[in-house]
Amino acid sequence: MLKAEINITLKRTVADPQGLTIKHALESLGYKDLGDVRIGKLLVIKLNLKDKKRAEQEIDQMCKKLLANPIIEDYRFKIEKE
Amino acid sequence: MVKPDVYHSLGLSDKEYQDILRILKRKPTNTELAMFSVEWSEHCGYLCSRKWLKLLPKTGKYKTLIGEDSGGIIIDDLAIIFKMESHNHPSQIEPKQGAATGVGGIIRDIFTAGARPIASLNSLRFGPLSQAYNKYLLNGVVNGIQFYGNCVGVPTVGGEIYFDESYSGNCLVNAMCIGITKKEKLIRARAYGRGNAIMYVGSSTGRDGIGGCSILASNEFKEGQDKRPTVQIGDPFTEKCLIEATLEAINTGYLVGIKDMGAAGLTCCTSEMASAGNSGMDVELGAVPRREENMEPWEIMMSESQERMLVCVKKGKEEQIKKIFLKWDLNASVVGRVTDDGLVTIRDNGKIVAKINAHALTKAPIYDMPYSKPRYLRKLNKLEASKIPDAKDHNKVLLKLLATPSIANKAWVYRQYDHMVQTNTVVLPGSDAAVLRLKGTDKGIAATTDCNSRYCFLNPYRGAQIAVAEAARNLVCSGAHPAAITDCLNFGNPKKPESFWQFKNCLEGIRDACRSFNIAVVSGNVSFYNESPKSAINPTPAIGMIGILNDINKACSQNFKHEDDAIILLGYCRQDLGATEYLKEIHHLTKGDVPQLDLKLEQAVQKTALEAIEKGLVNSAHDCSEGGLAVALAECCISNKDKMIGANINKLNYDMRLDALLFGESQSRIILSCNQDSAGKLRKIALEFKAPFYVIGKTGGRVLRILNDTEELIYLSLEDLYEKWGGSLQKKIEG
Amino acid sequence: MKFGVVVFPGSNCDQDCFYVIKDVLRKPVKYIWHKDTNLDGLDCIILPGGFSYGDYLRTGSIARFSPVMKPITEFAKNGGTVIGICNGFQILLEAGLLPGVMLRNRDLNFICRYVYIKTENNRTRFTNLYNAGQILKIPIAHNEGNYYIDPAGLKELRDNNQIVFRYCSATGEVIDQYNPNGALDNIAGIINRKGNVLGLMPHPERSAEKELGSEDGYFIFQSIIKWLNRKRTW
Repeated sequence: MLKAEINITLKRTVADPQGLTIKHALESLGYKDLGDVRIGKLLVIKLNLKDKKRAEQEIDQMCKKLLANPIIEDYRFKIEKE
Repeated sequence: MVKPDVYHSLGLSDKEYQDILRILKRKPTNTELAMFSVEWSEHCGYLCSRKWLKLLPKTGKYKTLIGEDSGGIIIDDLAIIFKMESHNHPSQIEPKQGAATGVGGIIRDIFTAGARPIASLNSLRFGPLSQAYNKYLLNGVVNGIQFYGNCVGVPTVGGEIYFDESYSGNCLVNAMCIGITKKEKLIRARAYGRGNAIMYVGSSTGRDGIGGCSILASNEFKEGQDKRPTVQIGDPFTEKCLIEATLEAINTGYLVGIKDMGAAGLTCCTSEMASAGNSGMDVELGAVPRREENMEPWEIMMSESQERMLVCVKKGKEEQIKKIFLKWDLNASVVGRVTDDGLVTIRDNGKIVAKINAHALTKAPIYDMPYSKPRYLRKLNKLEASKIPDAKDHNKVLLKLLATPSIANKAWVYRQYDHMVQTNTVVLPGSDAAVLRLKGTDKGIAATTDCNSRYCFLNPYRGAQIAVAEAARNLVCSGAHPAAITDCLNFGNPKKPESFWQFKNCLEGIRDACRSFNIAVVSGNVSFYNESPKSAINPTPAIGMIGILNDINKACSQNFKHEDDAIILLGYCRQDLGATEYLKEIHHLTKGDVPQLDLKLEQAVQKTALEAIEKGLVNSAHDCSEGGLAVALAECCISNKDKMIGANINKLNYDMRLDALLFGESQSRIILSCNQDSAGKLRKIALEFKAPFYVIGKTGGRVLRILNDTEELIYLSLEDLYEKWGGSLQKKIEG
Repeated sequence: MKFGVVVFPGSNCDQDCFYVIKDVLRKPVKYIWHKDTNLDGLDCIILPGGFSYGDYLRTGSIARFSPVMKPITEFAKNGGTVIGICNGFQILLEAGLLPGVMLRNRDLNFICRYVYIKTENNRTRFTNLYNAGQILKIPIAHNEGNYYIDPAGLKELRDNNQIVFRYCSATGEVIDQYNPNGALDNIAGIINRKGNVLGLMPHPERSAEKELGSEDGYFIFQSIIKWLNRKRTW
């Protein structure tokens, strides 16, 4: 069994109004030392696979096909043994 | 000398480049070239369409207002401002954000005129739901509309959704917004008065959609979703704050003009505000709030970041205006001053990067496009009806038609939209038109969008006329006087003569229908290049129409209200099989000529219905459209799920094909229901207007039954009808 | 007697609430900007619906840190009348003025439509004009109305009669079939233990006039007025 953790965020060049709003909220609570705040999704997918290479290929395809929209989103993932 | 491939890639022709040289009397800078390329793009400059748009009537029976970015009508002391706009190509690539930013953009066009947005509508077209990508698009677009519209607090009160193969690969997302204000609060998109401030308000500027909208909208999809432009992200929360701040700022009386940074952002705003105000402006890009670093001047000028506006503020009042925007946590920065030299001067930290005559920049060339009648028409317009067998089981046909996505109940969609916020919605989505009250008056407005694109494909001129006539009919059925139009003209590549012929003929159809109704086209938008690798879309001139109810308490809806009411048909049933939903769904034919339209008859029918509704004689009114008489009657029976009422239609006696009688789409027909003892009064009104009037049956029971003479054609329980009509769309989307 | 309607950035039912109080009930009302901290002279505070801060993090989570929430918490502690509608309810939950949390609707979609709710407790300052068990037709419009609380919390709500409204059928059956969003125990509205803070997902301000299709929500406001009046004459 393998476990993939996939992070999907908006591309750096794409505006992230949610992140910006959260940044303003944090600042108004007194947290002044903030750079960018970006918001994204975390997906955890368990795979009935043993071959890590193959798992990587499959997860990459899933991201491209469905999980992320490559026009506005970046994704990265790590795969570990369960 | 700029290399031809550079300006070509920006979409400028050799001739256009020569014109630029002539205007500037020198070589353009990069920034100038970029500015010309967007101002002279089809998307901003309407190069191909402008000549023909002039045909559309700008005046009508209601007093009109035509602004730079929107238009409207005057009712008493109120201005009602509205406009519809397309966001097709962005939605095809990223449906949620494409649709969301479409909604956001059209709302900004309304409140930058000084009007509070009070309602949104939308007109959507997708390919068949049997294809997964079309399903993804529909889901994404609905999600985007609800995400933006619900948050921004403008109710989405109506619209239409149709499915047709021609939209596979190029969906249509047309968003319409309506706003109201006291007429003295209106404001134009103009900058004038030397020394007045030019202020940037709203979100920061990033590299969003650079070359996106303008370039994108001028190129058809060759590789579909492989295209990777920057798509903008909608921020309805910021927009909501912008609405409140802007209306507050307008209330001060310190604003001279205001304009949304839509397509081509700062370029359009600076040049068009200066040009419309017969002035110039000197703008410093260093003062523009930015989200990204190291942006080139041309990038800042081209950026299409959302939720930004340019405001011209009276000199000396800058601080007061700034304070209002800061209160709402919005950027507000003086970026320049109005000049009287007629030039748009753009500086990057003092250094001049562009200096162009505003009129010259905004006066895009007008092209006279060649057109020719498409060859497909001769073949397709011929319909040999004798070769098409009548259906054996009309019940089955009716159930199938009710379940087709274009006809089926759209509750799955509109229940995801907040259609009640602002507490004006008197007739909720799902009837012929949405009806809104105007608080503080007895009046109301009704709004609808309409276009049968199959009609426009098979007969563009008449199809467009019917779109106008049907929109008016929908409003009349709600108890409103048709008042004015906004149009969103979606077509294929204008450089193809057959495509352009469709455009020209549709425009002439709209013009002639508007003249007949004496209503104006007050605003609109043209979207060309709606093509997939396979084909162009059906010509789709979406009509958004507004009507006025003199007494909001007389608002009418389509569903039968009481048992034992008389059911009346206004209009004629003819053997109109061509171009029908029935032919398409049952016989898989998109053929024939579209139904006849006699505008005099249309007027007679509409005037009769409206007068009867206004006199309080009518309990329900519904127009016959796709699916014909049988579908319309079924909808009258079942569209209020909590109170479905059957009907016995036992007084028809026609000598024609039975499928044509039941499912033919003869125009100018309205189904009314009224108390039995009002039928006589109604007949008198019909006589007066010379409208065909038939009592065809009565309401009641739990069954829809339709007879022709003594032959029973339809006998279906309300539950069976509802099951097909009510649940099909959701099943197809989720299944 | 005076009402105050709080305006957070992103509130969008503030003007609707204001309109109902001023033009339908004809009572004095004013807006309270979320940065104001002065509630002097106010007898009832309304936290309206909308999308405060876009609901960009969690509904109500940012609004509850607005400066106005401090005096409102104080006001509530002193027995002042507070009503949170939709997003206002969500803010009250985040602020801890009411127990529980809101989850996304069961079918993951925004839902805008009329529902029926049953008046489970008519002995509150918000419901004293309804009959016990009275069924109200009233619209909802939300993405996150799926109320949740742990079993101990639910028991407490029940034991103390804090569940004021439950989703039901037109005839009053409180069963899952008529639960639009998956809310635990069909909960549509609750009060705090003291009975002076009400949160509800349905929108009474959208159903306070006949021409909009239902007047059933009108009596929530009228109940408050009746209660405030009685208090004054004591």
